[in-house]
Amino acid sequence: MELVFKKTTGLKDTPTHYCPGCTHGIIHRLVGEVLEEMDILEDTVGVASVGCSVLSYEYFNCDMTQAAHGRAPAVATGLKRVLPKDRFVFTYQGDGDLASIGMGEIVHAAARGENITVIFVNNAIYGMTGGQMAPTSIIGQQTATSPAGRDVALQGSPIRVSELLATLDGAAYIERVSTHDVPNIIKTKKAIRKAFETQKKGLGFSMVEILSTCPTNWGLDPIESLNWVKEKMVPVFPLGVYKQKEGVN
Amino acid sequence: MAKVLMKGNEVIAEAAVHANCKYFFGYPITPQSELVAYMAKRLPEVGGLFLQAESEIAAINMVYGASSAGVRVMTSSSSPGVSLKQEGISYLVGSELPAVIVNVMRGGPGLGSIQPAQSDYFQATKGGGHGDYHIPVLAPASLQEIVDLMHDAFDIADRYRTPVILMADGMLGQMMEPVEFKEKQHVELPEKDWATTGTRGDGGPKIVNSLRLDPKELEEHNRHLQKKYEKIKEKEVRYEMYLAEDADYIVVAYGTVARIVKNAIHKARKEGIKVGLIRPISLWPYPQKPFDETREKVKAYLTVEMSAGQMVEDVRLAVNGKSPVHFYGRTGGMVPSHEEIYAKIMEMVGGES
Repeated sequence: MELVFKKTTGLKDTPTHYCPGCTHGIIHRLVGEVLEEMDILEDTVGVASVGCSVLSYEYFNCDMTQAAHGRAPAVATGLKRVLPKDRFVFTYQGDGDLASIGMGEIVHAAARGENITVIFVNNAIYGMTGGQMAPTSIIGQQTATSPAGRDVALQGSPIRVSELLATLDGAAYIERVSTHDVPNIIKTKKAIRKAFETQKKGLGFSMVEILSTCPTNWGLDPIESLNWVKEKMVPVFPLGVYKQKEGVN
Repeated sequence: MAKVLMKGNEVIAEAAVHANCKYFFGYPITPQSELVAYMAKRLPEVGGLFLQAESEIAAINMVYGASSAGVRVMTSSSSPGVSLKQEGISYLVGSELPAVIVNVMRGGPGLGSIQPAQSDYFQATKGGGHGDYHIPVLAPASLQEIVDLMHDAFDIADRYRTPVILMADGMLGQMMEPVEFKEKQHVELPEKDWATTGTRGDGGPKIVNSLRLDPKELEEHNRHLQKKYEKIKEKEVRYEMYLAEDADYIVVAYGTVARIVKNAIHKARKEGIKVGLIRPISLWPYPQKPFDETREKVKAYLTVEMSAGQMVEDVRLAVNGKSPVHFYGRTGGMVPSHEEIYAKIMEMVGGES
């Protein structure tokens, strides 16, 4: 029989712990496929963060280092700076990790123009910890710690990380994409590829912000969750390229 | 190599370079800032890298990343900065990553002062961060001893896959003394086959990690760490005994204070009072043997520290109630004079005889 499709070698043959309807699985696969297609799996070290993606070291089929909450960009800096020049380093971080406790580390890694790639999964909530408000939770969003809905007067407004980091000179490529439908998933893969190509060319900091679902903590079914991304999240977090230095293509 | 006159903080940095440490991630803080500045200039000269982090937290996590890649790496700070590093230190322990962390101690708590102190003893020797762990802690008393101990610090880190703390007080960081950098004999150390450097040529993916969700697995990991600590206790104890053989009284002190104590001892000896010194060089593992050797004949011990009394607890444990243990300490960045210490010795002698 002709083989028309096979699993990417970028991922280990291991079932993941992600909830049904969560798009972490899709994003893992896209990263794995890009690493496989670029033939850089054996030259890559991934940095797992804290949160739902903490176990990603069990799934990616490359060397992995697990970092403390928020500190993945600092750990990735240490790795990238001492590894031979032909090695790739990426972090895989959620919004609680990257935009809250780790805001300092991500801002400075971008400002230094660290030649690393950040896969930033934004689902507007703390997933693993149990559905608390994240810096990216949208106005009015009910979470375990904003039961009345996020109120600007009390909790401020969501942080748009891509826009924020794009102001920094060290950022070479920053794009926000989404996983709510197939065309956008295809765009997401292209963006991930572009981010790793940016690193390959040594152009500096690259980040792909990926809007993702959290059916369990949003209290929605998987289909409703995809619609929620499209209807509620995309208007707050507009998709597109926020930074593209010359040479990135 | 000829002797050179250098400042303590620069000696620490140069000693690390001599110990083949090529990578340093740090953040400025008084009274150790010259160390950071020295590394910024020196490491590029040896093909290494200095990077100033945005915070102590980032610095220790950069160390974590670099150590994951298998290189010799160091960071340094002073007391409030070391507090910030505790999270990362606990992760280094959990992931069994070697690194050297220098603490040039200043007065606390809080922002405290920039004057020398020894008030981070508990933090360094009793854990410091979260979880059940120990870290080998080396406390030099002179700049030459810094040079000699730095090789050991990195070797211990690599041999046992553990962070190692080099404890100096602000006085050591700021003083100048002649030092000699000697070539060290080659030491056999285990391969770093666990390092995450990419899998090319070395088989399957490697993972550096401190998360163990299965309680059985985490308990097993803790048992493994404790076993490692037993081995370190057996092999890595360091101390100096000074005029202790015929001593009726013993002063216990480490670091700068131990040097001042020596002057007080000389003064007491001139008065015919036989006083000696036990100077722990490894603060963890704490040296038990010099206490076992002296306990039977010594009438009393006096612990002198630049703290409100921290190491004195380990002295009391070592003596185990079999001799009186006196304490004298100064805090806030105050350095005890040898006259003060002499007076305390005389008080002890008067009280005991």
